[in-house]
Amino acid sequence: MKTKKLQLPLSIKDISDLHIGDRVLLSGIIVTGRDMAHRWLVDEKPDEVRDTLYQGAIYHCGPIMLKENDQWSCKAAGPTTSIREEPYLADVIQEYGLRCIIGKGGMGEKTQEALIKHHAVYLFAVGGAAVIYADTVESVEHVYQLNEFGVPEALWVLKVKDFPTIVSMDCHGNSLHRNVEKKSKDLLISALQNFTSG
Amino acid sequence: MNIPFNEKAFTIELADCIRQASCELPDDIEQSLRDALSKEEKQSTAHTVLETITQNIVLAREKSRPLCQDTGLPAFYISYPRKVSPDMIKRSIENALVIATEKGYLRPNAVDPITGKNSGNNLGEGIPALDFSEWDKSEISVKCLLKGGGSENVSAQYSLPSVELSAGRDIKGVEACVIDAVMKAQGNGCAPGIIGVGIGGDRISGYETAKKQLFRKLDDHNEDPKLNELEQTLIKKLNQLEIGPMGLGGKTTVLGVKIGKAHRLPASYFVSIAYMCWACRRKELHFLLEHE
Repeated sequence: MKTKKLQLPLSIKDISDLHIGDRVLLSGIIVTGRDMAHRWLVDEKPDEVRDTLYQGAIYHCGPIMLKENDQWSCKAAGPTTSIREEPYLADVIQEYGLRCIIGKGGMGEKTQEALIKHHAVYLFAVGGAAVIYADTVESVEHVYQLNEFGVPEALWVLKVKDFPTIVSMDCHGNSLHRNVEKKSKDLLISALQNFTSG
Repeated sequence: MNIPFNEKAFTIELADCIRQASCELPDDIEQSLRDALSKEEKQSTAHTVLETITQNIVLAREKSRPLCQDTGLPAFYISYPRKVSPDMIKRSIENALVIATEKGYLRPNAVDPITGKNSGNNLGEGIPALDFSEWDKSEISVKCLLKGGGSENVSAQYSLPSVELSAGRDIKGVEACVIDAVMKAQGNGCAPGIIGVGIGGDRISGYETAKKQLFRKLDDHNEDPKLNELEQTLIKKLNQLEIGPMGLGGKTTVLGVKIGKAHRLPASYFVSIAYMCWACRRKELHFLLEHE
């Protein structure tokens, strides 16, 4: 098990060096985006987010944000389920040159192919651990589509320090999620066979 | 005639009950997660995940901040004395939700499905979900449950018999449904989950029965010996699947299985599964009434 510290934006080499199971502490700018954001990025192809996303990271997260003294602060920011973005994410990676997707639950084959093709990585964050992730946020830099999408669905641009993740899908075609799912199915099949034969 | 009832005090207590539900995980669930942590090998992914989870639980409580950003669809189960007006209770709960949202204890979660507009204050059509029942005591009891969208999305309802699952209308059939739901959920419901199961009922009462099981303490025993046995069997079988914490592999896939039943129609046999994430945020408030 290796723990690496990485600073966004990331290079192809940074990504190639990552393998499933590696621990990564990520620093720099990440952008939250979930269901409405992915539709927006694919359908409207907005230019104003290009610089921020290029070689950068999207975080599947709908945070709790509070405005205090005219300044936004991040109260809770754990990951949301990534698989809902499976129809869109491969296009987002290609269109914006993303290097990192942070989320929970993993993604499917379409995204896995895009990770290989465009040198990107899927980083796992622990669902429900919202305070730990919120506390890595040093500042809230900007927000896109707040009025249109509301707080959970807006694209929050966050500067983070040592955001802890686990590589669960790498650019070499490996997926921890696929491995676990296959193993659980095999275990179930053998359990059922034992039951039938017993 | 309604008896005197300090609506303001009730609202303040409700808002604090919501804060506690959101920020303070119940002890039995925290202990169960710590037990799961002790079973995993150090350096393993499961160990890292559970360590993160348990650290987060402590931080959230200490800092009084929501332990998960998805504070779910706020649901309240209310028992009230006859002489109290349910409408007043409803109004107090709505006001408490607005306060808790303003203070950042809840995420604004009520979205119009057609316009996509977030109401911004956790009020909307069908939100909050309220369940009223009258009782003989002279206090109001409000049970609050915050269940996130990720776990709600992997919840399921089966109609037996099922050819796909080779499941008939019996205990074995119920078992097959629960295993199938947990298999399909993998890590997406934020395992290790607590599996509420409702056998029978109709599509609504079946799921309600399943969801109400989530208020049971993890170490309790089902009064029905058959259901109790099924709960124990399922915990063992589900944890053999090695889906593990957050679906990254490991020894603990579920913390508990809690099963209830409701009478069904001759034609129907539903098995409803309310998958609850490890962050099973439940809290009960007892509000004593003033006597004239």
